[in-house]
Amino acid sequence: MLSCKPSCSTGNLSLYYGWDLYLSEAKGMEINMEKYLQMPLSKEDAANLRAGDYVYLTGIMYTARDAAHKRMQETLEAGEPLPIVLQGTVIYYMGPSPARSGRPIGSAGPTTASRMDKYAPALLDLGLLGMIGKGRRSLAVRDAVVRNGAVYFAAVGGAGALLSKAVLESEVVAYEDLGTEAIRKLTVDKFPVIVCMDSCGTDLYEISAEQYRKE
Amino acid sequence: MRNIQVNEIAKAVRELCIEANYQLSPDMCRALGEARKKEESPLGKQILGQLEENLEIAQTEEIPICQDTGMAVIFMEIGQEVHFEGGSLEEAIQEGVRCGYRDGYLRKSVVKDPLIRENTKDNTPGVIHYSIVLGDRVKITVAPKGFGSENMSRIFMLKPADGMEGVKNAVLTAVKDAGPNACPPMVVGVGIGGTFEKCALLAKQALTRPAGEHSPVAYVKEMEEELLERINRTGIGPGGLGGSVTAFAVNINTYPTHIAGLPVAVNICCHVNRHAVREI
Repeated sequence: MLSCKPSCSTGNLSLYYGWDLYLSEAKGMEINMEKYLQMPLSKEDAANLRAGDYVYLTGIMYTARDAAHKRMQETLEAGEPLPIVLQGTVIYYMGPSPARSGRPIGSAGPTTASRMDKYAPALLDLGLLGMIGKGRRSLAVRDAVVRNGAVYFAAVGGAGALLSKAVLESEVVAYEDLGTEAIRKLTVDKFPVIVCMDSCGTDLYEISAEQYRKE
Repeated sequence: MRNIQVNEIAKAVRELCIEANYQLSPDMCRALGEARKKEESPLGKQILGQLEENLEIAQTEEIPICQDTGMAVIFMEIGQEVHFEGGSLEEAIQEGVRCGYRDGYLRKSVVKDPLIRENTKDNTPGVIHYSIVLGDRVKITVAPKGFGSENMSRIFMLKPADGMEGVKNAVLTAVKDAGPNACPPMVVGVGIGGTFEKCALLAKQALTRPAGEHSPVAYVKEMEEELLERINRTGIGPGGLGGSVTAFAVNINTYPTHIAGLPVAVNICCHVNRHAVREI
């Protein structure tokens, strides 16, 4: 495993891991490290993460998807306070299926993050430190991630039943009328994610597909 | 003439909505198992393993495979000797969707108006496609469609001169643009020919064909095989995190078209390619 300390001087994985090491390790995707983190995140937590790290998140996170983001933006434009504290917060782009009785939640996998690209930079500038979703982000989001030392994680898309097992509690805390799109406070235990965009702006999707491309 | 009560249709649709969201068809389970053996990336293998585990949990613990339990797409193949009794067939199908999504603890993902966007809170209406066939049977296919992949689907109005290469490039373009957003490994449904709306419907129907089953038309089968191989060389991989399995299948349907046109629709579906079928 790798022990060299990552530096943020470049957006190129090969340079901060050392070129030889990168070439030998990259084929087997050994560049990823397993980490366990508590939420809310600290600036230092976020700064130490690198694209490809496999992370288990424990603690409190909030769900929000399209409709909740739109409403949060309207709230900010009206100069009113948001229903959740953003400082160090991780937002999970997710709208669950209904819970059966006695269970905290139904199926609970990530939704496509790019639909929140329009709203994410403003939230990151207000202290949001982590986002969980799936798929590519815009350049504006990448800039905001770097500017604020934040991180974008991916959870495995379409694994909603499996991911729901890491959710211990779920409570609607805002916008209840939005149904599945309401903001939920989730208590999770070792929720599995992969760092897709780190605070240097390195994008795992760009790097990883290249390694297996045979065109 | 055979009489069928519409409440029998409603009951079947209800059950099929639930079945499709908790249990993938055997062809899709098989494709996932085979993919794990083929995948070269260790992380890709790990993700495919998680997807298999996800299917297992969905079935044994009654949690929908994916939280996006889709907009219900229903194909009705109705024998022309069938006579429906007991009310409106259309309303019975919608009632089936309503009950299935309520009783099956499925997510209500439909908004009443595309711009006003108020949730209908019962996942209706579904999208229904009727076709009239010979005989006195009714074949119902319920294919709940998630929108992560639906959003990445495309229509290309190509020129006849673009030919076979043009079609292949269109499919590859759509798949590469979809990349990690569409929850790969995906199933790619392609419609070639017809009109603007017909090619989209052909592509949607192609997704209900079992993975691993090819077109009976020789050149189309060759195209399916070639495109699958080329898609799997893009490197996108499971979860879009790199690997050698980006798609399980490419299913192509064709239809006659106009002398001036070559419409191509690419309907992308994630690895949760749900379709449940029943014949009444």
